[in-house]
Amino acid sequence: MLCAAAAAVLGAAAAAGAETVAITGGTVYPVSGPKIPGGTVVIRDARILAVGANVAIPAGARRIDARGKTVTPGLINAATQLGLVEVGGERSTRNSGGRGIVNADFQPWEGFFSESASIASTREDGVTTVGIFPTGGLVSGQAAVMDLIDGTAAEMVRKAPVGVVATIVTGPRFSSDVDENTAGDSNTANGGELSAPPASRADALAALRELLEDARFYATRRAKYDAGTLRGLTASRRALTALLPVVQGREPLIVEADRVDDIDAMVRFARAQKIRLVIAGGAEAWMIAPRIAAAHVAVLTGAMNNIPETFDRLNQRQENAALLRRAGVEVALIGNAGGGDEEAFNARNVKYEAGNAVAYGMSHDDALRAVTLAPATIFGIADRVGSLAPGKDANVVVWSGDPFEFSTSVEHVFVRGHEYHDRSRQDQLIERYRKLPRTNG
Amino acid sequence: MSRLVRVLAAVSMAAFVTLPLAGPAQQLAPAPAASPSPGPTPGPGGVSAPFADPYPSTYVRFASQATLIKNATILTAAGPTIRNGSILLRDGKIVAVGANIGTPADLVRVIDARGKYVTPGIIDIHSHMGDYPAPGTQAHSDGNEATNPNTANVWAEHSVWPQDPQFPRALAGGVTTVQILPGSANLIGGRSAILKVVPARTVQEMKFPGARYGLKMACGENPKRVYAQRGPSTRMGNMAGYRAAWIAGEAYKRRWDAWNATHKGDPPQRDLTMETLAEALRGNIYVHMHCYRADEMAQVIDMSHEFGYKVRAFHHAIEAYKIADLLAKEGIVATMWADWGGFKMEALDTVRANIGLVDAAGARATIHSDDPSGIQRLNQEVAKAMFAAKRAGLPASEDVAIKWMTINPAYALGLDDRIGSLEPGKNADVVLWDGDPFSVYTHAEKAFVDGALLYDRDDPAHTWRTDFELGYVRSAVRK
Repeated sequence: MLCAAAAAVLGAAAAAGAETVAITGGTVYPVSGPKIPGGTVVIRDARILAVGANVAIPAGARRIDARGKTVTPGLINAATQLGLVEVGGERSTRNSGGRGIVNADFQPWEGFFSESASIASTREDGVTTVGIFPTGGLVSGQAAVMDLIDGTAAEMVRKAPVGVVATIVTGPRFSSDVDENTAGDSNTANGGELSAPPASRADALAALRELLEDARFYATRRAKYDAGTLRGLTASRRALTALLPVVQGREPLIVEADRVDDIDAMVRFARAQKIRLVIAGGAEAWMIAPRIAAAHVAVLTGAMNNIPETFDRLNQRQENAALLRRAGVEVALIGNAGGGDEEAFNARNVKYEAGNAVAYGMSHDDALRAVTLAPATIFGIADRVGSLAPGKDANVVVWSGDPFEFSTSVEHVFVRGHEYHDRSRQDQLIERYRKLPRTNG
Repeated sequence: MSRLVRVLAAVSMAAFVTLPLAGPAQQLAPAPAASPSPGPTPGPGGVSAPFADPYPSTYVRFASQATLIKNATILTAAGPTIRNGSILLRDGKIVAVGANIGTPADLVRVIDARGKYVTPGIIDIHSHMGDYPAPGTQAHSDGNEATNPNTANVWAEHSVWPQDPQFPRALAGGVTTVQILPGSANLIGGRSAILKVVPARTVQEMKFPGARYGLKMACGENPKRVYAQRGPSTRMGNMAGYRAAWIAGEAYKRRWDAWNATHKGDPPQRDLTMETLAEALRGNIYVHMHCYRADEMAQVIDMSHEFGYKVRAFHHAIEAYKIADLLAKEGIVATMWADWGGFKMEALDTVRANIGLVDAAGARATIHSDDPSGIQRLNQEVAKAMFAAKRAGLPASEDVAIKWMTINPAYALGLDDRIGSLEPGKNADVVLWDGDPFSVYTHAEKAFVDGALLYDRDDPAHTWRTDFELGYVRSAVRK
C-alpha cells in the first residue's frame, strides 16, 4: 500500500542508550491495569522489562527512588500541530496544510520540524508522544503519531498514517486560504475534481460520500484510468489511493464535527459506508453519547469548552468528555479551547485538560487513560505506547505528585528508554534574565 | 479539533487584544498610594473638561442579604492567609474579616465554608467580551475599528452586547470586574470600558461607577500587519504614528486648558479623537498599551517621557521579565498570560516564570485572559505562574500570587481603593471556592458582587442566562 513505506520507518527509532534503569517505590499507574502502590518499573534499553509490586531488580541497574512519587506512561496529546506550525503568524513556518480541497494524500509528517523549540518544553512537561494533524480542505490529509525523541522527523515517527482527517464544518473554515465567496461556485456536477469547498454541511456530506465511492470505483479500474477511458473522478489518483485504507476499514476516517446532527450524520455515514470513524472536536457529542458508544466511534475532545461560540457548538459543555466516557465511548482528551497555541506551543498542557475533565465528572483513572492508552488504542499503537507493561516502549514519566495538578513537577522523562534532561529554550531564557540588569553575554 | 482551524483565527484575535498594566510593586519606594481620585466635575466647557461623563453608569447593586462566611481559608490579597476565618458582608460592603469576628444575631445567611477558600472577586483587565461576543458571527465582530491607525475617538462600551453568553461564564469563574478593550489593530484603539460582570439590559447598567477610562494602544506586529498597505507598515512607522498623535493631542489640550481657565469667548471645537488623547495627557485616562517585546516597551517608555504622560500598564508583555527592573523603576504594571506563546514572532519568548520574575523585581504583575475561555480559569492560570515561579526559585507564595488576579489588576484600573482585596469598607466582591483555588479540581462555588449572590454552583436553576441562550442553549443540568 502507499503508506507502507512510511510505516516502515518505525523500526528506525533513534538508538536509546543501552541502559537498565529501575524506578522503585513509586505509585505506578500502568493504565492497562490497576495502580500499584510501592511499585517498580524496570527499563532495559528502549523497552519496559518489568512492572509490578515485587520485581527483581537486575544487577547493575541504575536506581531511581520514586517513593512518594507517581509513575505513569508518557502522556499522549492526540491532536496537535507540534512540529507543523512553529510560529502561527508566520506562514513560512506553517506546514500543516495541503494545497486543495481533497488532500487525502497529504502526509504532514514529511514536513515535520524536528528542531522545534516546543519539543523539549513539551517533553519536559511529561508528554512523550503526539498526534499531528493536517489542516484545511474538505479532506485535510493524513494524521500521524510522533515520539518526542531527539532525531529527525523520520526517526520520530511512531506510526504514519493513523487515519485520514476530514471536516464536516461548513463555510470558509474548509480552507483558510479559500475565499468564502467562491465556496460552492463550482463543484462536481460535470464529473470533475472538487474545485471549490462545499457550500453547506449537506454538500460536504455528499462530497465525502462521492469521494469514498470513487475511491472504491477507482481501486478496481486502475488500468482504465491509466488508459484514459474512465469517467471523471472527484479527486486525484493519489488522493483516492490514500482513501483506500479508509474504505477497507484499515484506518479510521477522523472527522471534525461539532454539531449534534453532524456527529449523528457521520455515525450513520460510517455505518452505511462500513468504515471506521473517529470524531474530533465533538462539541455536542454528549447529546447522543449512547449512540456513539454503540457505534464504537471514538471521540477526541477537550474539557474546557462551554461557550456557545458558534451555531455548531451551542451546547458544548465541560462535562462532554465525562458523559461520553460514562456511556462507554473511548475518549482521548486534547486541547482545543485556548487561544490557538494549545495545539503546538502549549501541547504540553494536555495534562490540565485531563485535570479539568476530572473536575467536570470524569474519573481520575479515565482521565489518565484519555491522555495515554485511549489515544494509543484509537491510533492502533497500544501494543507499543500508552501503558506500562513488559515489552512496551519505555515511555515513562516520574512525577512529584498527581500528574494533573499545577503543583506537580516532572522529575524524570524517558522516551524509548532514553532519559531526557531537557533545558528548553524557555528554561534558558529564564536563566539568562533571572538577574537584572544583565551584565554581559 | 474543530479548533485546529482556529490556530489562525486565534492569532488574529490575540493580536487584536490589548491589556492594561498595573502600577509599581510593593518593593518600590515610595509605595504608591491609592489611585488619584477623579478630577473636578465638568465645567461649562462641556465634555472636553476632565471627567465629563456623557454615558453614565446606571448600575444599581442587586438585592443582598447580610452574609457571614465562616470556617474558611481566606486569601485577602491584603496580608497573610487567614485560616479558619470569617468574613461578614452587609449592604454591599465587607464589614469584617478575620479569625474571630463574631456572629451578628440578625444574620439571614451563614455559610459554613469548612475546607473551602474565600478570595476577592477576580479582576481581568484585558477582555473583549461583549465586543467580540458569542456566537462569533460576522455581525458580532465589534472589537476592532480597523479603519484608521488612530481611532482614539471610539469607545469600547459602544460595542458591548450585554447579552454575550461569555459574561455569565466569566462570573462563574469568579470574575467580578473586567476591563473591555478595543482590539489591537490600531496604534491607538480607543477607550476601554470598566464593567461589573452582572446581568444587564444595557452596558450602562454594567459600568463600574466612578471608574476612569483607559486608552488602548498597541505596539508591534498587529498594526503593522493591518495597515501594511497604507502605513504604518514598520515598527518605526508605529512610533512615528503615536508621536504625531500625541503632538496633535498636546496642542488640543493646550487650547482647551486655556479656554477652561477663562471661559472667555467661543470654546474650541470638540474633536473626539483629540479629546481622548488630551485626557490621557492630563492623566485622567490611563494608557493601557499592548506590547510584547522588551525593546519596544522601552521605546514606549521613552515616548511617554517625551510627551509627559504615564503608561499605566503594558498588556501581554511577553518579554516583561527582560526589563522587569525598568518596569519597577517606572512604576508600570505588566499584565500577562501564564504561558501563551508561539503564535507570532513577538510572542516567541514566552516563559511561564514571567509573572513571577516581574513580581520579584518589584514591578506590579497581573494575570490577564484576553480570551473568553481563559477568563473562566484565571485561578488556574495564576496557579501555573505561581508554581513556575517556585520552580525557578522565586519567592511566590499564595499570598503573593492571589494579588496577581485581584489587587494588582485593581490598581491598574485605579480601583484599588474599592475592590481587589478583602478588607473592611471595600466592596463585597467575594468568591467562595470549593477547595484550594490553585488546584485544577477546584470550582468557584459562589460569587458575590457588592454583597449580592449572583452565581451559585449549587443552584443551577438560578443561573444567569443571557437572552441569546434562551431556546438555543440547553440550561445546565448537573450530572
